[in-house]
Amino acid sequence: MFYDITASPDRRTVDRAWVNSVARLLDIPFCVAGGIKTLADAEDVLHKGADKISVNSPALADPDLIGKLARRFGSQCVVIGIDSQAEGDDWFVYQYTGDPDKTQSAQRRTLDWVREVQDRGAGEIVLNCMNQDGVRRGYDCEQLGAVRAVCNVPLIASGGAGAREHFRDVFAAANVDGALAASVFHSAEIPIPELKQYLLEQQVDIRL
Amino acid sequence: MTSLAIIDSGGANITSLLSAFERLDVTAELSRDAAVIRDADRVVLPGVGAAHDAMTRLREANLVDVIRGLRQPVLGVCLGMQLLCDASEEDDVDCLGIVPGVAQKLPVGDNCPVPNMGWCATRFTASHPVLRGLEQDDYFYYVHSYAVPESECTIATATHTRTFSAMLARDNFVAAQFHPERSSKAGSRILNNFLGWSP
Repeated sequence: MFYDITASPDRRTVDRAWVNSVARLLDIPFCVAGGIKTLADAEDVLHKGADKISVNSPALADPDLIGKLARRFGSQCVVIGIDSQAEGDDWFVYQYTGDPDKTQSAQRRTLDWVREVQDRGAGEIVLNCMNQDGVRRGYDCEQLGAVRAVCNVPLIASGGAGAREHFRDVFAAANVDGALAASVFHSAEIPIPELKQYLLEQQVDIRL
Repeated sequence: MTSLAIIDSGGANITSLLSAFERLDVTAELSRDAAVIRDADRVVLPGVGAAHDAMTRLREANLVDVIRGLRQPVLGVCLGMQLLCDASEEDDVDCLGIVPGVAQKLPVGDNCPVPNMGWCATRFTASHPVLRGLEQDDYFYYVHSYAVPESECTIATATHTRTFSAMLARDNFVAAQFHPERSSKAGSRILNNFLGWSP
């Protein structure tokens, strides 16, 4: 998963040359996110070698974009990213979260948006739980479990990974299809091969 | 140096396939020219999208009989594997008829949404030169909604609600339902074996 998180707030699209150089090096599927607002943007990124595109703020601004992308390229390559956090006893969606000064409420309930994006043709959902993001205290299993209950496409947990047990817990408690992490891998605090071996021992079905 | 043609069936995103062969030091030529395809040492038939569209494009480029007549090693990938079969239930379309079988819609099952998208453990059920050095139940990356049932040409299987042909082989044709170009080391091993295969 490659995020150019400031692309939407800065009104840019992710750098195509960079997508292409990554595609040429990598032998596993990868997904690109960042300012993809039109069919032409998506086509360009896919033709540069991305396997999937992830759309977040532009889908909130123009929900029809999801259906257009799914009809043109197939649901399998349309991932919807959702930034969500608790407010009172419910969860709500936020947009332009790549820039703290531009972050704003999208005025949508998270569970409603999860249902809507699936109806419109999303093939996968990445739920970034903002309360947990970057704090390394574990995934928001309560919120992810609530989203799982209404989500029939692959669901990827994001935000909060700080220890290998957090990965085990989110698979066990929220039945997610994948768990995304960034900082703990970038800092090499959790080496990926060791994490996979650990999860296999914890009965999680995973490719080593 | 082996020459490799990738059949341009149009619309397919073949960047990842070209890059995978590049990493094996082979420059593939993307082509819909019958002469280039006939003369290549090896041929790959890729494919994404719908079976009907892909068959229409092959017919329009006059490639149906060209592909049927190939005697060099040919590798079908994903939809390309289904195109090598008799037919597909997707749009009820006749395919190339080189390998027996009809692609059928995958049933939706518990914890098995369709399309089947992700890494599946793959079981090798026959020996074949392109499988050399692979480990039983290795994981490969799949993205598909249709699958070909097991037959006498099946050399590998995977299961998503039901068991289907992960790989098929007949004479100089071999094919994978998964994407070897996106299946890490195991996938690269299959591509490399294909480059060295002399049926």
